Amino acid sequence: MKSYKIKPISSSEITHPGLFYARRKFMQMAGGATLAALMPSTVWANEKLSASHNATYNLKDELTPYKDVTTYNNFYEFGTSKEDPANNAKGLKTRPWSIVVDGEVNKPKTFAIEELLKMAPLEERVYRFRCVEAWSMAIPWIGFSLNELIKRVEPTSNAKFVEFISLHDQEQMPGQKSSVLEWPYREGLRIDEAMHPLTLLTMGLYGELLPNQNGAPVRVVVPWKYGFKSPKSIVQIRFTEKQPISSWMQAGPNEYGFYSNVNPNIEHARWSQAKERRIGEFFKRETLLLNGYAEEVAQLYGGTDINSYF
Amino acid sequence: MVMRKKLHSCTEAQISIAIFDRMSFKNLSDKTFARLKVIVFLLALFPIVKLVFCAYLDILGANPIEKITRTTGYWTLLFLLVTLAATPIRRLFKWLWVIRLRRMLGLFAFFYGCLHFLTYLILDQFFDWEAILKDLIKRPYITVGFLAFVLMLPLAITSSDSMIHRLGGKRWRLLHRLVYVTAIAGVVHYWWLVKKDLTEPTIFGVVLTTLLGMRFFLWNKNRHAH
Repeated sequence: MKSYKIKPISSSEITHPGLFYARRKFMQMAGGATLAALMPSTVWANEKLSASHNATYNLKDELTPYKDVTTYNNFYEFGTSKEDPANNAKGLKTRPWSIVVDGEVNKPKTFAIEELLKMAPLEERVYRFRCVEAWSMAIPWIGFSLNELIKRVEPTSNAKFVEFISLHDQEQMPGQKSSVLEWPYREGLRIDEAMHPLTLLTMGLYGELLPNQNGAPVRVVVPWKYGFKSPKSIVQIRFTEKQPISSWMQAGPNEYGFYSNVNPNIEHARWSQAKERRIGEFFKRETLLLNGYAEEVAQLYGGTDINSYF
Repeated sequence: MVMRKKLHSCTEAQISIAIFDRMSFKNLSDKTFARLKVIVFLLALFPIVKLVFCAYLDILGANPIEKITRTTGYWTLLFLLVTLAATPIRRLFKWLWVIRLRRMLGLFAFFYGCLHFLTYLILDQFFDWEAILKDLIKRPYITVGFLAFVLMLPLAITSSDSMIHRLGGKRWRLLHRLVYVTAIAGVVHYWWLVKKDLTEPTIFGVVLTTLLGMRFFLWNKNRHAH
């Protein structure tokens, strides 16, 4: 039998993934609507994602510009400075992608991203987004209530908490080479918090698929909690009986609690949370209790002293 | 590259002798020093020029106030460390002229420190005295940062030749040891304010410890020699 020697492909011949996707994007765009070509800022824009606007979740505030939402990010998987994610996340491969849903559920299942996108009608909701660092944004997210997914897996009576686990892949996420946090990034919610209609399983923003630096392809947004409680690039959702320990709780137990509800009356260990700077504005704003969602979610905390939830 | 290859062909000692003979780094002529001073002055202005330029073009990012605060703070610390490096460099390499740059470098540290403080006062807090007072009392990183800034004031005020004469060398030197407190307080300020990534504060801390350690070592050696 004749054996063939296959010449190994030298690394110089392999197209850089960033370039590969850039080309692909370019082809998609060229093949797509000329409308896209007419908009100068959409060279790097993601695929469009249509959703019906949900008027219940609207803000009087002006939206934070797309550019700021997509270039000022805390996503330590791609570096600790705010510009790092936009620069370093271009190579993140978001297809194929799936989320393993397991733990205390009757019907554990792995959901492909395509399936998630079709699971429930996509809604656009404008939420306030308040970072623990005392800055904030107003962002038009696209997704649907996380409870749509939760209902499908039927949590057992033991399911008291939900843990979210983000992608762990040093090759794609260079920031994970640093031990600034313990990887993978983990976050958690109490089951009733996760079931609350405000808690959004998010796959897009500003009318398009989530940009990589904003947590593509799928994340959770919990608008009444500090931003780090809204995990990105999720690969696993686990239902547990015990309260999970999040990456930030591990990093600073006296600075970051499990609940971490937005609360102007509870100071961070090192700075005040009474005010915030809305990105794009000069004067600081007063921070609202539960980030302005007290009416909807205060009852989760028994209407009692919200300040006792750290 | 060619240059480096050539250099490799002769011994290290030969090279250093050759270089030092040509350039006489130990003692610069007045003309050379004057030129060098202008170059250092212009280089030291670069961060603020860049900042103003980027502000004008509106390319300071989504949170320009944070960017300005960070940049001015960074350069304050950097110039403090460079200023503190003057004495060890003079002692180690016998570059006497380095000390003649020290005042200018120190004043640049003060200059960036002022910008940093004013950024906080005006851009960040916009004269919200109540919030500022709270910050000062309750936030250790603000307290220590403010201390670092305040201690720079007497040093800047007494930096002129006439002030040195008025105070007398001994008292002037004693007063200017405050710069050690400022530098330590400045690094601690940075250390305490970062959320999680301590890389940069650590680098500043290591450099400062080295610089102060060298002083201690030289001082100790001197003491034993006498």
